[in-house]
Amino acid sequence: MGNLSSVARRLNSLNSTAIISSDANEILSADKIILPGVGHFQKAMKNIQSLHLEAALHEAVLVKKTPVLGICLGMQLMANSSEEGSVKGLGWFDAEVVKFEVEDKVNYKVPHIGWNSVAINKKSPIMNGILHEERFYFVHSYHIKMKNKQDILNETEYSYKFTSGIERENIFGVQYHPEKSHDAGNQFFKNFIAL
Amino acid sequence: MYRPRVIPVLLLKGNILVKSVQFKNHNYIGDPINAVKIFNDLKADELIFLDIEASKQGRLISLDFVREVGEEANMPFGVGGGVKSLADIESIIKAGAERIIINSAAENNSFIKEACLNFGSSTISVCIDVKKKIFKGNHVWINAGTKSISNSPVNFARKMEDLGVGEVIIQSMANDGRMGGYDIELIKEITQNITIPVTALGGAGNTNDLLQAYDEGLANGLAAGSMFVYHGSNKGVLVNYPEKKELEFSRFI
Repeated sequence: MGNLSSVARRLNSLNSTAIISSDANEILSADKIILPGVGHFQKAMKNIQSLHLEAALHEAVLVKKTPVLGICLGMQLMANSSEEGSVKGLGWFDAEVVKFEVEDKVNYKVPHIGWNSVAINKKSPIMNGILHEERFYFVHSYHIKMKNKQDILNETEYSYKFTSGIERENIFGVQYHPEKSHDAGNQFFKNFIAL
Repeated sequence: MYRPRVIPVLLLKGNILVKSVQFKNHNYIGDPINAVKIFNDLKADELIFLDIEASKQGRLISLDFVREVGEEANMPFGVGGGVKSLADIESIIKAGAERIIINSAAENNSFIKEACLNFGSSTISVCIDVKKKIFKGNHVWINAGTKSISNSPVNFARKMEDLGVGEVIIQSMANDGRMGGYDIELIKEITQNITIPVTALGGAGNTNDLLQAYDEGLANGLAAGSMFVYHGSNKGVLVNYPEKKELEFSRFI
């Protein structure tokens, strides 16, 4: 998972202690969990399975209600399934991950790489101090499609409107990269740490 | 609203920053880590580091250097220089870079394909260096512009797209360091014929040049070297970056 070190660095610079772990006990005892990741859906899920972390993640997030944040692929893993492979996701949201289907292929290239506005669809502590339509950094070819609209935290336009942030109770996921988004990204992590 | 990325490209010779003109005459610019700190303060969108001697010397860009950049940079950054194996890519990503930029090893199709499969399309960019051969039109060059491997930049870009590459950087070698504007025709030829993002490089001297590559060239990323390290007509060294309000361009309004 590509952005592990930059996420850990960002958190440590904000006076929290981040560890990079693939240990079930550490996951169960953590105050908060982040699922980062740039990469391939199927490969990431298979990694989680082969490290025997799926049960620990389910227990921490669904039973213990540990706050969890998925970033980019880490958010996509929270869906039931993805067009990027046939393996099942974590299934924390009734959602599927689909490839960008753009018509205007000259103006809208895929992957969607760059800075784009993030609309805030509902009040959330993780959006404290962040402006509606603030720009964050994106890099992705797939996006999540939600069945339950009330779980949509953010939306962004790229050829069409897609869900760029999701939230339900203790579970948060964003398609953008707060760890690479200057001041707005710092504010976002401060909010997550303060949950 | 989507905004194209404006990307300083910083050239390395060993551990120092240099800037070329037409891939030659490398001028000393300064300390790269200091430049990263300044680009943090100026809130640059993204940075690219290219070690221009790595391939020639048969080595990889310094991983200690990549780690040092990773510790400083508040923005995404890409790294190129001597990348020719999956192990190279893995070590650079572990050192903290988001994107890998491949030039010389792009003639190895199976390597490019494997790289995209293993690390994801959006991690792999190919830098296509373009220069005319006398009487023979545009060619694609590798090894710091010393070996020609294709007589069609468009076909080469299409091939990279087919292999799974997430982005191409199209660089005009003739315009490098001249600060007289991008090769808009070249950029447009590429952007109109592939569906992955294209970053323009080579020739930008001011924000109007960036705007032109976006509006007319239809590029998604606007990269430059000289523009971000020189100031004034005497080319005094000064790391700089446009104000965000100067970059509020969009062709989607």
